[in-house]
Amino acid sequence: MKTRAVLLLLIVSLLALAPALAQDDSVTLTVITHDSFAASEDVLAAFEEDTGITVRILRSGDAGTMVNQAVLSRENPLGDVLYGVDNTFLTRALDADLFIPYESPLLENVPEEFILDPEHRVTPVDYGDVCLNYDAAYFEENDLPLPESLADLTDPIYDGLLVVENPATSSPGLAFLLVTVDQFGADEDEEDGYTYLDFWADLVENDVLVADDWSDAYFGQFSGSGGDGTRPLVVSYASSPPAEVYFAEEEPEAAPTGSITAPGTCFRQIEFVGILNGTEHLEAAQQFVDFMLSVEFQEDMPLQMFVFPVNPEAELPEVFATYAAIPEEPVTMDIAEIDAHREEWIQAWTETVLR
Amino acid sequence: MDRNRPAVRPGAGALRHGLLLVPLLFLAVFFFYPLLSILSVSLAPDGQLDLSGFAALITSAYYRDTFIFTLWQAVLSTLLTLGLALPGAYVFTRYSFTGRSTLLSLAILPFVLPTVVVAAAFTALIGPQGVLNTLVMGLLGLETPPIQLQHTLTIILIAHVFYNYPLALRMISGYWANRSPRIEEAARVLGCRGWRLWWEIRLPILRPIILAAAALVFIFTFTSFGVILILGGPRFATLEVEIFRQAISLFNLPMAAALSLVQIGAMLAMMAVYTRLQSQIAGELQAAQQIARPPHGFREKVLIAANVGLMILLLFLPLLALVERSLTVGVDGFTTRYYQLLTVNTRQSILFVPPIEAVGNSLLFAVVTMLLAVLLGLITATLLAQRESRLANWLDPLFMLPLATSAVTLGFGYIIALDEPPLNLRTSPLLIPIAHTLVAMPFVVRSVLPALRGIPPDLREAARTLGASPWQVWRQIDLPLIRRGLIVGATFAFTVSMGEFGASVFVVRPETPTMPVAIYRLLGQPGAANYGQALAMSTILMVVCAVSFMLIERLRGAGMGEF
Repeated sequence: MKTRAVLLLLIVSLLALAPALAQDDSVTLTVITHDSFAASEDVLAAFEEDTGITVRILRSGDAGTMVNQAVLSRENPLGDVLYGVDNTFLTRALDADLFIPYESPLLENVPEEFILDPEHRVTPVDYGDVCLNYDAAYFEENDLPLPESLADLTDPIYDGLLVVENPATSSPGLAFLLVTVDQFGADEDEEDGYTYLDFWADLVENDVLVADDWSDAYFGQFSGSGGDGTRPLVVSYASSPPAEVYFAEEEPEAAPTGSITAPGTCFRQIEFVGILNGTEHLEAAQQFVDFMLSVEFQEDMPLQMFVFPVNPEAELPEVFATYAAIPEEPVTMDIAEIDAHREEWIQAWTETVLR
Repeated sequence: MDRNRPAVRPGAGALRHGLLLVPLLFLAVFFFYPLLSILSVSLAPDGQLDLSGFAALITSAYYRDTFIFTLWQAVLSTLLTLGLALPGAYVFTRYSFTGRSTLLSLAILPFVLPTVVVAAAFTALIGPQGVLNTLVMGLLGLETPPIQLQHTLTIILIAHVFYNYPLALRMISGYWANRSPRIEEAARVLGCRGWRLWWEIRLPILRPIILAAAALVFIFTFTSFGVILILGGPRFATLEVEIFRQAISLFNLPMAAALSLVQIGAMLAMMAVYTRLQSQIAGELQAAQQIARPPHGFREKVLIAANVGLMILLLFLPLLALVERSLTVGVDGFTTRYYQLLTVNTRQSILFVPPIEAVGNSLLFAVVTMLLAVLLGLITATLLAQRESRLANWLDPLFMLPLATSAVTLGFGYIIALDEPPLNLRTSPLLIPIAHTLVAMPFVVRSVLPALRGIPPDLREAARTLGASPWQVWRQIDLPLIRRGLIVGATFAFTVSMGEFGASVFVVRPETPTMPVAIYRLLGQPGAANYGQALAMSTILMVVCAVSFMLIERLRGAGMGEF
């Protein structure tokens, strides 16, 4: 009896999984994206209603995992559109010939600085600046000035205050490493001979803490958010302070955290969408790319994914306008250069900081 | 009756051998095929063998150190876990006391929690501003926190014991309860006491299950990932962590494949030793009977209190810290707001996961995983228990392999291997319980196998002589004796799925978010409320698991004695 009941349970459970497998006849557009992708239900529903396209979202880990999976499956892609590849991984995706070029008519509004691929194999959708964030209360209580440059971080007054992410496992960690490479150079023979590795050695001297991922750094080690951390300086995003206000218990009088946006301290990450080579729904895919650049979607993004729109016609929500600082001179780096040196820089960083 | 026997036996034999193909086929399709696919793509990308990864392995001191650290921390963790779990198992087998079965059920809870959440719990307790440091600093008037465990080997070991103690405790006590106490009683009568009793009687009796538990704990800690990454920090790396870095950040697949093979090789070597030790054992089980009794005297009560105290300190205090944090806002304000927030989709976001849906998805996957793992694990264990077959010695490690295989590697294997009908499962929700089952099966096999091997052959022979069919023999002889092991195995299979172990993290997932997925999503965006909600969701995960464990325990059925 019991065996039969167990078998029955197995069959029922398998049947319960079945509807998820069923597909209908209308065009279903499969969008491959990373775990952080978000949008408003009604914005997405409006697109589906207007076009008759059903959007199916497939998530595959963080941006790095997603790109690697796409490269591995390029002969037989997992979907029609891929969203979320950023400039630090873009070359890997382009070199693997993942995308079909498409120049969206809406691109004409988008500033040149975001269009990194002249062939339009990928289309920029949003950007976010990786910047130092600080715990406002800590700096006020201890009457400490905010650091104004990367070099300031090696000052003993900031001893033991900073937590960064490991560039080998975290995307903001890699972005921050690139800032230091850009600012201090990687070439020992140049000018003063002080390279990014010397800077990192000085940071280690100043008791920098390395966490392996953003969640642990931000919620586990940083003192400015919800966790029990003790470090008042963290590598996060320029959009984190408005998020702290937006997700606060009650609207605070002042933002509990702030971001440091001084020139040469932030790295600009740009996220792209591309149509996957091998799609059977080219037209629907192009419609989806246009949709991502549309004002509706672009205005929806900030509060969904805490990123900034590339379409200048999109207005920022109030909490962003009030609490988000946009760095005037963020660091950008040639994507080919990033790709050529990523491994070498990470390796050298690991030797200097962790061993 | 004699006329019937020749007709029945070959038929039953064929059926049995046919059945045994099922787990092998499952393993072949969902493990070996994807694994070999990804290894061949990694090691021979253009059809030519590229062994540069291996060359780097041999020449680099870093990889040698990584290997040594991986091995060293796994040995330490295993010894520590067993050293603590053995006295615990003794107490739980021998004495009956209030709350015993509840404690035993709840002990598995740590197993389901994501490492980030466990790290948060540890920080709340023993972090620089945690309860313990604040207390000691206040008592001794210290300026700086005296306990600094963050990113040390100590915290890695504590976390490994936290996760694995329940596993060893449950396996050992489940087996012990089915062992006849007569040998021990005889030894006592003959004057055997204290350490000699442990060394000469108990340990040899328990050897099969201690070895089985040790094998599982070892593999689990050898392939440790989250604990090393989050609690150990970036200065520590196991092979599993290094495979992740190579495969994801650097996309150096030849290197990742080489490291995966080293990891698998090390596990096979360990299993060879295990199989050798295991095969020298003759056990004898008897149907469950009441061997637990209330404690007499001061010493026994202290023993119970010490072990229960350890469990509370090690397992339940961190869990309670989480629950407490999920109900607190600011310094010490009580709130249920995080739980309320969980149910409201404030941003109308598609990222939002209604808790009911997350609970439903998690339970669905976990039940499917448990049933699949029990079914396949039982068949496998039955095959492996036939000791005369040398084949069993070869097959046994194969079924442990999924546990020792890097999740990234297998996840990538699914992407490239399962992409054609009829196996076009890459984007199917079915892949999730399948990936969980691969990790869950070894738990069932290891929990059941020692018991199956301990069944005296003459017992089955006698039943057969009396005319019992193979099914009846299994139902009347085998099942009652393996039931406890089976419940332990099933519970862990369920838990493996609830905690999202294995390759399911690295496959593309359709929109069927589970509780761990919801926790990760909440922890993926800044904001104190997201953190609070993540802890609230973790608490719900624990409650759902606790209730499920108690229901699974009930499956044990009446008349099986209490346990």
